[in-house]
Parts: sequence; C-alpha cells; structure tokens
Amino acid sequence: MYRYDEFDERFVRQRVAQFRTQVARRLDGSLSEDEFKPLRLQNGVYLQLHAYMLRIAIPYGTLSSRQLRQLAFIGERFDRGYGHFTTRQNLQFNWPTLRDVPEILDLLADVEMHCIQTSGNCIRNVTADHFAGVARDEVEDPRPTAELIRQWSTNHPEFSFLPRKFKIAVTGAEHDRAAIKTHDIGLRLLRDPASGEIGYEVMVGGGLGRTPMIGRVIRPFLPKRDLLAYLEAIMRVYNLEGRRDNKYKARVKILVHEIGAAEFSRRVDDEFARLDGPSVAADTAELARIASYFAPPVYEDLPDDSLALDRARAADPAFDRFAAVNTTPHRAPGYVGVTVSLKPVGGAPGDATSDQMRAVADLADRYSFGEIRVSHHQNLILPHVRKDDLHALWQALAAHDLATANVGLVTDIICCPGMDYCSLATARSIPIAQSIAERFAASGREAEIGELNIKISGCINACGHHHVGHIGILGLEKSGAESYQLTLGGDATLNAAVGERLGPGLAAEDVPEAIERIVGVYLGERQPGESFIEAVRRLGLAPFKAAFQEVADAVA
Amino acid sequence: MPLLDRTGSRDDAWQRVTAATLDGVAHPIVPWAELPAALAAAAPGQPIGVDLPNNVAWPELALLLRRLALVSVRFPSFADGRGFSLAKRIRGHGFAGTLRAHGPIIADQFAHALACGFDEVELPDDLAARQPPAQWLAALERVSDAYPRGYAGPQSILDRRRQAQGGTP
Repeated sequence: MYRYDEFDERFVRQRVAQFRTQVARRLDGSLSEDEFKPLRLQNGVYLQLHAYMLRIAIPYGTLSSRQLRQLAFIGERFDRGYGHFTTRQNLQFNWPTLRDVPEILDLLADVEMHCIQTSGNCIRNVTADHFAGVARDEVEDPRPTAELIRQWSTNHPEFSFLPRKFKIAVTGAEHDRAAIKTHDIGLRLLRDPASGEIGYEVMVGGGLGRTPMIGRVIRPFLPKRDLLAYLEAIMRVYNLEGRRDNKYKARVKILVHEIGAAEFSRRVDDEFARLDGPSVAADTAELARIASYFAPPVYEDLPDDSLALDRARAADPAFDRFAAVNTTPHRAPGYVGVTVSLKPVGGAPGDATSDQMRAVADLADRYSFGEIRVSHHQNLILPHVRKDDLHALWQALAAHDLATANVGLVTDIICCPGMDYCSLATARSIPIAQSIAERFAASGREAEIGELNIKISGCINACGHHHVGHIGILGLEKSGAESYQLTLGGDATLNAAVGERLGPGLAAEDVPEAIERIVGVYLGERQPGESFIEAVRRLGLAPFKAAFQEVADAVA
Repeated sequence: MPLLDRTGSRDDAWQRVTAATLDGVAHPIVPWAELPAALAAAAPGQPIGVDLPNNVAWPELALLLRRLALVSVRFPSFADGRGFSLAKRIRGHGFAGTLRAHGPIIADQFAHALACGFDEVELPDDLAARQPPAQWLAALERVSDAYPRGYAGPQSILDRRRQAQGGTP
C-alpha cells in the first residue's frame, strides 16, 4: 500500500489547517456562503437533508486495517456508530457536526487519509479495479497509475474550478471491474501488440446522471510517459470549452457529444502538442517509487488446491455456497480474494457498523496481510486469503453478520442513500432494495438465478448507477407520490450499455413483483449456462416488457 | 479598483480606456473587441494592454500576444475557472508581459492564480473590503507545497522528492 512521505504528510496537515481558517473566515464574514461552499465541498463536507455529511476518500479503494479501525473510531465518536460505503469507493458519515469536521480531518490525517476533492467541481477521488494486484487477468496493477493521478490532481491550480465534477477510473485488467466507460475519463492499461510496451487506452465522456453516456476512445494507445501531459491537455480543453451556461450540460460527456469524439480528440491533440511533455511528466524514479509501494505481499508457497477447503465445503452447504459465491480467483496459488458483502437481507446496502469495521480490520490482519479493499459495488474485500483459512474466516465473519453469500446475485443490490438521507433525492431507495432482497432471499432462489445486478437510484443524478444495472430502478416523484421506473439490459463492464425503459413507473410496493416477473422470463427462456444479462441480449426487450406490462396493467 | 500582487496591495499604473481615447495615456487597457483599432492608433513605444473575455478564440489572441504589454483576463465569477487555463495557455505561448486576473476571485484562489501565471489581481471594491490584502498573503503561506509539475509558484513535490534523494531538479 502507498505510504505518505514527509511531503504528502505536510500537504494533508496544511490542508486541514487551511480548512480551519476557511471555516473561521466564513464565520467572521470574510467569505460569503457562496464563496465558502466550494471550499467546503472540496473538503468533503456536504449539507444534507438532516445534517452535514462528510465524504472520506478511499483512493482506488485500498485501505489498511489501521485506517479501517480509525474509520470505526470516527463513526463511533462523531457519528452514530456506522458509516456508508458508496459507489465511488468513498465512505460517508451522515451525522457529524460542522464544528467537529476539522478534528475528524486531523484524525484522518493521522492515518494518511483525507476528504480532499470528494465533492465539488474538481477532479474527484480516483477509482480503480478493487481486485488490483490480485486478478489473474491483469496486464498491470492500476494502483500506481491511480496514485500518480491522485497526487497530480490534488489541489490542482488550474483544474479546481471546472464546469462540473470530473471522475477518473483506471483498470489494468481485461475484464473491467472499475466501470471505466461510465467515467469522465476511463483508462485501461494494455500491452501494445506490436511493441509489447504497456500504455493506456484513453476513454472520455462516459457518465450517468440525467444524460447517461458511454465513454468514447480518443486514444487507443498512449505511452505511459505521456499520461500526465495528456490528462492536462484533456482537462484544459474541457475547462475552457465545457459548457457553463447549464449545470446539467456541463459534464465533459456533453462537450464530447456536441462536437463529436473525433473533434474532441483533435483539440486535445492540439493542446497536447503545445505542451512541453517532459516538464509535466513524473520522472521514472518517481514512478518506480510509487510502484514499489504496491509490490505484492510475500505469499506462502502453496499448492493451488486446498484439501482443508474441499473438506469444509463438502461438510457444510452454507459454507460451500459462500465459498462458491464470495470468492475470486487469485494470481497466487492457494489464495483467493474474499468479498465481504455489506448487503445482508434487510440491511441498508453499503452500511457497516463500527463494530463490523473493527472486525474486518482484525480479520484482515489475521488473514489478509492487513489489507482491505472497497468495491464500487459497496462491498469490502479481503484480497489475499489462504484457501486453507477460508472456513475459519467465514465463521468469524458470520459472528458479525458479515457472511452473507450473495456477491453478484440478485440481493447484492447497489443503492444510493435516497430520500432517507439525501437532499437531492426524489424517492426512497434503501427500502426498495430491502423489499427486493427480502423477497428473493425468502424464496432461496438467489443461487439458481445466478449473476444479476440490480442498481437503484433515488433520483435522476444516478448515484446508484441504475442506467448500467442489468435491472435498473430509478425513483422519481410523480404527483406527490414515489414512482419507480425500471430499465433492463444495462452493463457497467467492457460491454458497457445503458438500460432501456420497460414501461410506466410503478409504486414502491409493486416493484418486487415486477422484478419477479422479469426474472421469471429469464428462468423460463434461458439456455444452459446462460446468465441473465446474456439472455437479455439474446432475447431482446420484448418478452421482458410483456411480463412487466402485466404488472403495470394490473395495478394501473 | 484595488490591485494586489504577491507582495500585497499596489498602485495601478494602468487605465481602462477605449481605442478612441488612448491618446496620451501612458498605460491604456482597451477592450478586446477594439484591440486591432487600438494597436493601429497607438503611438510608437506606447504599451498596450487588453481586457480579455475568458471565452476568447485562442488563435486570434495568439496572433496578437507579442504586441501586448498587459493581458487582463476577466473572471465573471470566482467559480468560473476558465481564466486559469487561459493564463496557462498565454504563458505557454511565451507571453512575458504582465498577466492580470480581473474580477471577484477569492483569496483562497490566489495561489492557483499565481501558479497559472498571473502576476496580479484586480478586485471589485466590496470583495477587497471583505478580504483585505493580509488575507491574500496569509492564504499563500497556508499551503506551501503543490504536486503538479510545470506550474509557477511552489516547486512541485515531485521535484523536491528527487532533490531530497540527491537527484537533479
């Protein structure tokens, strides 16, 4: 894991001190409320429905056990004993007071963390594949790139007052687990087939919100040394030419859409040509310094098969299901990555109590080299677990209600906080997730249905990424009542697609039945081995639409 | 209107005029739209400054930059960051004259402005009254380090790391 040096440390400390003076200058009237707002937002402080909300960056989703324990402590001391993991690898506390924020920022700085740029019209927390350094299909670990971008984009003098927020995601694997095509910039590390050199495929203009768009490739292969200069060129074109007349048209995706990806690419190339690349790039020693922090831990030399694991699975069907569903192949023989689901049936997706955070931290120390990952699916991951230890880990997780075996299944629902917390929301989302999860968990058919991603947003801003859910649910307000629109066929991976609407909005209580009917079509029509999303692609929208319409007609 | 640079408050030698009234003015700033006329009307050796909107067409400006002694970039609001990128482009083009940010930017952006190549800031009276020069100078002191390379102001942390390890900057 990356560790701060004296410069990183001083920077974060000075930033906390700076925010203290900004709060004081707001109170003495030097700063107006309008002027203070972006300063507060760029330090992660939101004004929410009931209180201030503090959003903590977990850069590229990597946490140490020490950091997670500190988050648990902050949750207990300044919040109500829990935190909420978001779809962008951040952690939100929903109940701190503004007065306590500088002290919380100090506590975060103690463990090399911060809230910098988790909000505001700037470059946000850089996200990455949560199985970075672990996945077998990885060309190169994306974390050194993400850390380089984190540093480069932090308090950037030119790009801190952009037309709108700006999100960058990086993957180094063939299978995209970082949803790079739905980010303002998506970077994919790949090997140039001709030269064998590793570089980046650069995508621009993806995004969800009220105008969902899939990112377009503007550079099929960018040499690594050119990364920062090329990013600077993209950001300058966007900062100068992105729309500022309408907040809803201010994201870079609108600029790319309006002038076309080819023209956008040409303008970036012009800007890039004007730049003195070497004066912008990090030198190779710095890149090597950053990369050295992400060297793999020293794994034991193990056979890939574990007899202990096989025996435990054979003896206990519940454990067998957990082992089948919540593990990911690891590049080191004898190890697996283990996903700790934060989606217990009836819970709020992504919430973890301070006790649970401490339990996961302890288990990470015992079984996973002290390392934890946070996924954009709002789950935690213990990335390096010996197969021999999996049964013991599962038992320990179960004692803290953390052993739900549903990763990637119909009850592993991505969900924004919705109207229960958020001042932007137009409908509740957590209760919808709960009612769907309860319905399918009770029938015990999750495993039979297999991989199915449901994503729920409580408003058009799409924090729950509903557009790219296999089934997406969007909560709106319609003549004073909550109304839920369902979409089908979205995909957040390399086959990225925006889901299509199935029909009119439904009342909250009718959503589970509609999902049931849609799943019913899949179960009736699927071919051997065919997943839900594959079946949707093959069958098209029509049969699902018909099943949906039965529900819509019945309740209309 | 109040003017300040990295040393604090200072007098403004420049005057905002039009192309028709620049005769005899030692340091005139003219509107962007009137720049061609002003350049034609300027006396030999008379320095010319321009009042630039932040959505100017870059190729037009690039042609004229070398004939200017001052460029004053307008900030319609502190939240509109186009001026920062425009400044960076102007400096990148080799402009060595005075670069001024003009508008209601705030003390907390002073370091950003200087890093992007601005020399000075011209503020509206009400903002200057709320945020006197001491706040601007204090804001500069508050964050002593920056990460990105290729900007003015504090040396990049990346370069300082290299120096700390005995390398060349």
